[in-house]
Amino acid sequence: MKLAAILIGGILVNNFVLARFLGLCPFFGVSRQVETALGMSMAVVFVMTLASFITWLVQNLVLVPLHLEYLQTAAFILVIAALVQFVETVLRKTAPNLYTALGIYLPLITTNCAVLGVALLSVQQRYGLVEAVLNGMAGGVGWSLAILLFAGIRERLALSDIPPAMRGWPIAFISASLMAIAFFGFQGLFKEFFLR
Amino acid sequence: MLEAILVMAISGAFFGGLLAYAARRFAVPVDERAEAIAAALPGANCGACGYPGCSGLAAAIAAGHAPADACPVGGPRVAAVVASILGVQVDTTRERQVARVSCGGGPRCQDRYVYQGIPDCRADAACPGQGHKACSWACLGLGTCVRACPFDAIFMGPDGLPVVDKEKCTGCGKCVAACPHNCIALVPVSARVHVLCRNRNPGPVVRKMCQVGCIACRACERVCPTGAIRVRDNCAEIDYALCTSCGACAQKCPVHTIVMEPEQEREVSAAAAS
Repeated sequence: MKLAAILIGGILVNNFVLARFLGLCPFFGVSRQVETALGMSMAVVFVMTLASFITWLVQNLVLVPLHLEYLQTAAFILVIAALVQFVETVLRKTAPNLYTALGIYLPLITTNCAVLGVALLSVQQRYGLVEAVLNGMAGGVGWSLAILLFAGIRERLALSDIPPAMRGWPIAFISASLMAIAFFGFQGLFKEFFLR
Repeated sequence: MLEAILVMAISGAFFGGLLAYAARRFAVPVDERAEAIAAALPGANCGACGYPGCSGLAAAIAAGHAPADACPVGGPRVAAVVASILGVQVDTTRERQVARVSCGGGPRCQDRYVYQGIPDCRADAACPGQGHKACSWACLGLGTCVRACPFDAIFMGPDGLPVVDKEKCTGCGKCVAACPHNCIALVPVSARVHVLCRNRNPGPVVRKMCQVGCIACRACERVCPTGAIRVRDNCAEIDYALCTSCGACAQKCPVHTIVMEPEQEREVSAAAAS
């Protein structure tokens, strides 16, 4: 039951982009086309899940036993940076087109606050290993859901008649905020359906 | 304290090792010629060639997608070096081009309203009427082109019109792309006569907007010895392939739209130095 709560919560209720406002830079940067958004979202899901796993291990097997919790931020960033660099190296070899399409936004997953955010949140909620990994995956899937929907919207916006002053970033920001308001409707979802 | 240092050091070493392994296992072959070409290019990363930075252009040249003289900043000298790396000949007869602002309005062009907003021509041009100037082709004078130049070759003159320093200008074209009214054009460096107007409206309409706008009277056409200047679509245009820089049109123009650069070009450099 708690796992279902984490899953639904991470994907819909507390969506990382639309409710927690994390990971906005690549969210806006890679959402011009659905194809690149799909590639980016796969990378983000992979990084968030794996980062959650490794950071949980680091936190609970290294930092806590040695009373080094204060190194949390530095250690987590080290893990995430290495992980993203690894993903980048592999991607460059195996999927060069996706690598070029993602461009600068791939290394930006490193400084993407969503990845560090999900790791820190798992620690804060005192999740076990399975819960932490699930939280990471749910966060990634929620991020992917948001960016894929947004990319679909932006592809249509590109063909619409928008006033010159609003074209590009202004209308993108406004659309995203309208999406966030729409996702607000998921608040209370869990209480209504699961805790009846 | 010691544990903290050890933990970070060991983690760093572990991940460093992992990345070193990944770099070897997933290595991507790189063309050596691309590296040599990248070293020969100016390294300004201005993007004028249309590729992402000098390394991007080097990769494109090595792959054969771009010609050896694709770098407008490097000019013939760099093109020759790149050509020697590739082992090909390159055409060195093209003349260097520099930017020229095709508007002489400034304070002589009417304002439709007072613009108080983001001090950028592109923001101004998004306002009603394509900007606060009465003429939709006018220079708005907010300096977007000045900021776009990677070589410090363009600066704002005293009357709100940009001035190009021909010595520093490399013809990269960034200012041309930055201007929302397309006021700036690239012309051959030896060109000394310029029509400072691009207004397509008929003469009487232009007179109301701007004191130095072209009224399409064709006086310039009649005096030109080579037929280089023609009035097209209510505005005079010079074909620099035919122009001999005699200055007859500049003398004849009743509204002083056409200007001729003085012999002493140090006037520009002196203003730049001040």
